Amino acid sequence: MEYIGELILIAVSAALINNFVLHYFLGICPFIGVSRKLDMAFGMGCAVTFVLAIASFLSWTFTYFILRPGAPLTTWIWQAASPGTEVVPDLSILNYLVYIFVIASSVQFVEMYVRKFYPALYKSFGVFLPLITTNCAILFACLEIMKNVSGAAPADVWGLDKSLTLAIFGGVGFTIAIMLMAGIREELDLCDVPKAMRGAGITLVAAGILAMAFLGFTGVDRSLAALLMD
Amino acid sequence: MNTATPEAPAVREGPTAGERFLSGILPENPIYRQLLGMCPTLAVTNGMQPAMTMAVAVLFVLTCSNLMVSLIRPLLKPHLRILVFTLTIATFVTIVDRFLAAYVYEMSKALGPYIPLIIVNCLIISRCEVCASKQGLVTAGADAVGQSLGFAIGLASLATVREILGAGTWFGLRVLPEMWPDWVLMVLPPGAFLTLGLLLGLVNWYSARRDSGSAAA
Repeated sequence: MEYIGELILIAVSAALINNFVLHYFLGICPFIGVSRKLDMAFGMGCAVTFVLAIASFLSWTFTYFILRPGAPLTTWIWQAASPGTEVVPDLSILNYLVYIFVIASSVQFVEMYVRKFYPALYKSFGVFLPLITTNCAILFACLEIMKNVSGAAPADVWGLDKSLTLAIFGGVGFTIAIMLMAGIREELDLCDVPKAMRGAGITLVAAGILAMAFLGFTGVDRSLAALLMD
Repeated sequence: MNTATPEAPAVREGPTAGERFLSGILPENPIYRQLLGMCPTLAVTNGMQPAMTMAVAVLFVLTCSNLMVSLIRPLLKPHLRILVFTLTIATFVTIVDRFLAAYVYEMSKALGPYIPLIIVNCLIISRCEVCASKQGLVTAGADAVGQSLGFAIGLASLATVREILGAGTWFGLRVLPEMWPDWVLMVLPPGAFLTLGLLLGLVNWYSARRDSGSAAA
């Protein structure tokens, strides 16, 4: 029960309480750029969730086995190369480079897949699909995983299960936020907005009000933890 | 080739260094005009100190990667271009990250993931793409400094409003009387969205008014 409880906590926290868009300000570019139509926002949310899952699977694997201080594979190679030394090999200086490489290749893969099997969706994404590479949300998920794998005490190191839960529900939270925004913007098209505020201005103010609503989830994690861990 | 004495080019190769420098500060301000680099803009502007640390970090990374990309521009292949840009940027961001963690540990903790997130800041990639991959060293450097100054101005304006209203201080110094009820909302996430939205409206309104004024005159 405790295991399931921990996973549920991570999921709720990533999707609602610390929503990627409205709490951490990640992925604001597609949030403003693609949130004009509801169906496009949904497609974008799904693409981001998919890339998040692939990228965090890969980055967890690399961090756990190769990059973190004292990682098994690196230690084994080190021992094989120079037996009898006491040095703990640490490749964590390469973290950022590896993550960017992993993200760029996952995006390339998703782009090829969507172009082949969903040409209509590919057309409507336009320039935004390659832009997922520079979507902060994905690098942020990799960094969270890094923090909990290579920075944590040995007992608290995250497994693949927790990392994937964080990534997928972070993506779900992104989809919720971008779809709410698309719904609001479809209504905003019918309103008489002051000329200077049109476009990004009014979108940001609406996002601010949405973020205020999401502040209401603060503290839910504590009561949920009390409920699940007993 | 001697770059110090430019021969009059038959075809004009984009804007000059001075134009690039000036256009970054106001006419093409990264935050208010191009809406780039929104993620750090909103996240680190709850106080002047984190905002200025971020501005200096961006200045370093943007200048170094613009110069580097400008140096290797004859070698760039079109389909691998973006990957080369991001790997270059990631290298310099690693340097900044380690430097901050070594010398200003508190600030590095406060900024948290937003320093590594400079890697995916659209502002830097777009400057590499628009300017550095096409133009020479001097122009690329001037462009980087100009854009960074514009970015710093944008961050400073946002952080000033948020810190003064939200905590009654500026750079940690008291500016409003003690009886000021802190608007806690301004230093929380919603305050960032609201302030940026309203400031954006203000800038649009002002520049529209100035344009119509100069047209009438």
